[in-house]
Amino acid sequence: MTTTETPHRKLAMICSKGNLDMAYPGLILGSAALGEGIETHLFFTFWGLDMVTTRHMENLKYNPLGNTAMHMPQAPGLPLPAMMGAIPGVTRFATSMMRRQIAELDVPPVKEFLELLVDMGAHLWVCRMSFDMMKLNEADLFEGVEGVISATDFIELSEGAQTIFI
Amino acid sequence: MPTTRINGRPIDVNDEGFLTVPEQWDEELGAALADLVGQPMTEDHWQVIRFLRNDFGPRQETATLRRTMTVGGFPTRELFELFPGKPAKKMSYIAGLPKPKGCV
Repeated sequence: MTTTETPHRKLAMICSKGNLDMAYPGLILGSAALGEGIETHLFFTFWGLDMVTTRHMENLKYNPLGNTAMHMPQAPGLPLPAMMGAIPGVTRFATSMMRRQIAELDVPPVKEFLELLVDMGAHLWVCRMSFDMMKLNEADLFEGVEGVISATDFIELSEGAQTIFI
Repeated sequence: MPTTRINGRPIDVNDEGFLTVPEQWDEELGAALADLVGQPMTEDHWQVIRFLRNDFGPRQETATLRRTMTVGGFPTRELFELFPGKPAKKMSYIAGLPKPKGCV
């Protein structure tokens, strides 16, 4: 019976990207893991810091430049030259389209999703080096972040965890 | 699909033990299912289970944790306190419904 408790399992995810599309793998896997009773840690580093800084977290963007797997959902067969991503306005258009599609699946936006993960018991950590490099203050961080920690701290806390780099 | 007997009643279940015929369920059976997974039930627990049952009727799809919060009004934190460990699975199991398909 899979609803009963399983032996202690632990997941650590390194979120290193600040693009809208790359924010979601960690969020979705995190909520799936927490729903399975798995101890879950998310470590935000480099561009991933945008996911947990109050100034940026609600404003992550998507641009198709360099993404050869980008197809228009309304016309999947239509060739879409990657260079279109360089045209002014495309980022805004692609971002709003992606946001709408995510919302249509009843999947929350990034900030609300992180609040949900915290309610589910997730542990959020920020990389010390990235934090210093980007000249941030604690006040710039999403309130659900538990702490700014070093790479060594992360290695320690992820002992025995399955670790995923995103 | 196997059939099992719970409280002396024949019940259709899948390999994981979830009911496959939601109509075979009533609250008495729900209480027996809760016992099987060691889940104590209070009125707060039953309110969640009743929401899942009522929501499933018209949709024929089990509410995810997120839907239980946004539509049912049960805060996620509370669901984790009421049904610790694997709340979505425990809730749907006790409610005699398939486990939710959605990712969130």
